[in-house]
Amino acid sequence: MSSFDISRRNFVVGGTTAGLALGFNLQLASRRAQAQPGFPDEINAWVVVKPDETVVIRIARSEMGQGTLTGLAQLVAEELECDWANVTTEYPTPATNLERGRIWQSFSTGGSRGIRESQKYVREGGAAAREMLIAAAAETWGAPAGECKVEKGVITHSASGRQTTYGKVAEAAGRREVPKNVTLKDPKEWTIAGKSLKRLDTKPKVTGALVYGADIKLPGMLNAAIKQCPVFGGTLVSFDESKIVSMPGVKKVVRVDENAVAVVADKWWQAKTALDALPITWNEGKNKDVSSASINKWLEEGLTAEEAFVGNRQGDADAAIKSAAKTIEAVYAYPYQNHATMEPMNATAKWTADRCEVWCPTQNGEAALAAAAEAAGLPPQQCDVYKLHLGGGFGRRGAFHDFVRQVVQIAREFPGTPVKLLWTREEDMMHGAYHPVTQCKLTAGLDDAGNMTALRVRISGQSILAAVLPNRIKKDTGDAVAFQCYAPKGDHAFSYTFPNLLVDHAMRNPHVPPGFWRGVNANQNTIYTECFLDEVAHATGKDPLEFRLALMQDHPKNVAVLTAVAEKAGWGTSAPDGVFRGLAQCTAFASHTAACAEVSVTDGNLKIHRIVAATDCGYAVNPQQIEAQVEGSFVYGLSAMLFGECTVKDGRIEQQNFDTYTPMLMAQMPKVETIVMPSGGFWGGVGEPTIAVAAPAVLNAIFAATGKRIRTLPLKHQDLS
Amino acid sequence: MAKIKVNGETVEVDADGATPLLWVLREDLGLTGAKYGCGIAYCGACTVHVNGEPQRSCVVPLDAITDTDEIVTIEGLSKDGSHPVQKAWIDLDVPQCGYCQTGMIMSAAALLARNPKPTDQDIDAAMTNICRCGTYNRVRAGIHKAAGNKA
Repeated sequence: MSSFDISRRNFVVGGTTAGLALGFNLQLASRRAQAQPGFPDEINAWVVVKPDETVVIRIARSEMGQGTLTGLAQLVAEELECDWANVTTEYPTPATNLERGRIWQSFSTGGSRGIRESQKYVREGGAAAREMLIAAAAETWGAPAGECKVEKGVITHSASGRQTTYGKVAEAAGRREVPKNVTLKDPKEWTIAGKSLKRLDTKPKVTGALVYGADIKLPGMLNAAIKQCPVFGGTLVSFDESKIVSMPGVKKVVRVDENAVAVVADKWWQAKTALDALPITWNEGKNKDVSSASINKWLEEGLTAEEAFVGNRQGDADAAIKSAAKTIEAVYAYPYQNHATMEPMNATAKWTADRCEVWCPTQNGEAALAAAAEAAGLPPQQCDVYKLHLGGGFGRRGAFHDFVRQVVQIAREFPGTPVKLLWTREEDMMHGAYHPVTQCKLTAGLDDAGNMTALRVRISGQSILAAVLPNRIKKDTGDAVAFQCYAPKGDHAFSYTFPNLLVDHAMRNPHVPPGFWRGVNANQNTIYTECFLDEVAHATGKDPLEFRLALMQDHPKNVAVLTAVAEKAGWGTSAPDGVFRGLAQCTAFASHTAACAEVSVTDGNLKIHRIVAATDCGYAVNPQQIEAQVEGSFVYGLSAMLFGECTVKDGRIEQQNFDTYTPMLMAQMPKVETIVMPSGGFWGGVGEPTIAVAAPAVLNAIFAATGKRIRTLPLKHQDLS
Repeated sequence: MAKIKVNGETVEVDADGATPLLWVLREDLGLTGAKYGCGIAYCGACTVHVNGEPQRSCVVPLDAITDTDEIVTIEGLSKDGSHPVQKAWIDLDVPQCGYCQTGMIMSAAALLARNPKPTDQDIDAAMTNICRCGTYNRVRAGIHKAAGNKA
């Protein structure tokens, strides 16, 4: 895999793009698409063809397990008409992107957007390269390009029978102007995209050869371990380095930001050992008495507060509920979660007075570059970031580059010497960007006939945007992300229709920093909706499937996925003895998903036997990788549902490692049957949407099995006996 | 200087005796296939074989290793990814991010060495490694495939 060969990551960046704003809100004058000096064998920005017929496809988004690297390569290769067996990939660097007028556009890899947001322009890149290669061959032959065909990288002029290959004409092709207005194939004609091809990045992952950020070793490199004030918002007062300076390997103790101290040593284990022995005095600040109890009480008050941002309003829900023949009300709660990527936060930096380089796993290379430049005190043109495949991202490594900022500050103490910073698991658990905490009160209004005529949803709790992108908080509607799966339309449209609906959000922002956690607010919002509607269905004596379908008539794609899982799971037919079923569905990240769970509860012990899941993501670029994402989504969603919570005591997170923040294990994993049912006409995400239906499907099945309605998570605190 | 035998070769290591084997492998010997995940023997990302037994190397101090102990890491499991477990993993595209997978593979290889035809229950009991991406079902299928079991 060329994409990991660090010694090859030597794109020359000599440009002087001016006017860079941190955050990269750049207005771009032009994009230089043609092959550039210093980029040998390049056809255009997306495609490199070498004389030996190797095709290198440039991938701007990050690979963190979700398969985007392979999927994007499939899309480019499909239009390029190269031989898939010759395909390899590489990451362009963020500074090169800047230098070339952001020709690769966004590097951001989150929100299940990696493929759906970039599919059009990467396919166009492949198609343009194909046309350039054919035109180069045609010119050599003096034949019209329109008379030439290509298959698997072999160009044929059928009239004369002449043939050549991409590798032979690549150099001439790279000198041509990049065509505009290329025509893309109808996905029905795909032969590479749309197929369950093997991932391109598997082998080095099974031999141990893949170099993750935590593994990188540069010549002369030092290693750093860090401790941050355990209370968010607290600061570092002092430390007594005399106690540790003579410990083996220790080079220096470095103050980082206002809140952290790092020990730098020859080896990381030495740095960590010395840091553990370092006497540190913190000023824990004003948050030191905050607890989960105090946060929960504050959120509870929000459930009935006067002021709230409105996310969706139809009719008059409050009036309809007031005049309803019957009302049903319930309050749900969802705790903080940690991303807990298997690879703890890390980054490596080499700093000199005129250049700073960073090697790190990141979901957004450009944001990492911005963080590096700011910490380095250098313009971004004098910095670069070399991306490494991530040992998990899940949102932790996209909007936050605290680890980059820290390592650059540390590296500034050792000009010219690379320094690797690796967080301990304990730091990672205590200094996350947590899935926000919310509570939700839902009220249903029913008429005499038991029809649900009104739904009132009050969310109380934390806003991610208020902490991460406060300029996106709107005066009337607040944080749009808080309303995922409750929105009137769009990627997270509410997939039921009520004549009277009001969804609002009483924003309460505790001091615990929130972040985008795989699935984001679709996760708990779908629990709230899907479990509550299940409650209403049971309370009115209706079948949970029929009850839902009656409310989903305006949402045919949701009906299709829900019906598909119900049919495959055998809804309406008897389940095996002691096994009970539960349903859930939603639209999230522009895809439509549904799940049917089968569980049994014996003497209070839950067993999840089987999940049937369906996803309509519009177009399926690699069905077997979609299946992998769907299966993984159940692990992520059900880990949180079963065990996951980060509780707050004395202003800090209590769970410090996997023994207390416990993901599910193999033994708890149900069989997952995935129905990939792309209906076309739109591009939906894959990595996240299924997480939202995982927990509610299981919780509804638990209700069917036990009559117990679980409204507060995680499940480990609930008695099912 | 401690002498330890790793992947069939005896090597000298200049590290404090309290240093966990994981960090000796990673920092002194440059064998980074075993990963740091938790440091408390919980997640299994650091799994290596010591005399054929899967061990969570993050809590095994160098002092506890004798010069006759046979340590095998993922780098020594096969020369070219040809161990049956690795081949099954490639066939089924088991890894997602891959960070936990070297530990998974070492756990699976040790399971199959002592139990060539494991049942699902055997797999549940032996495979306690954490994967956050959620590869468990493909890990299970991979073990069955490597064992020659029908899926």
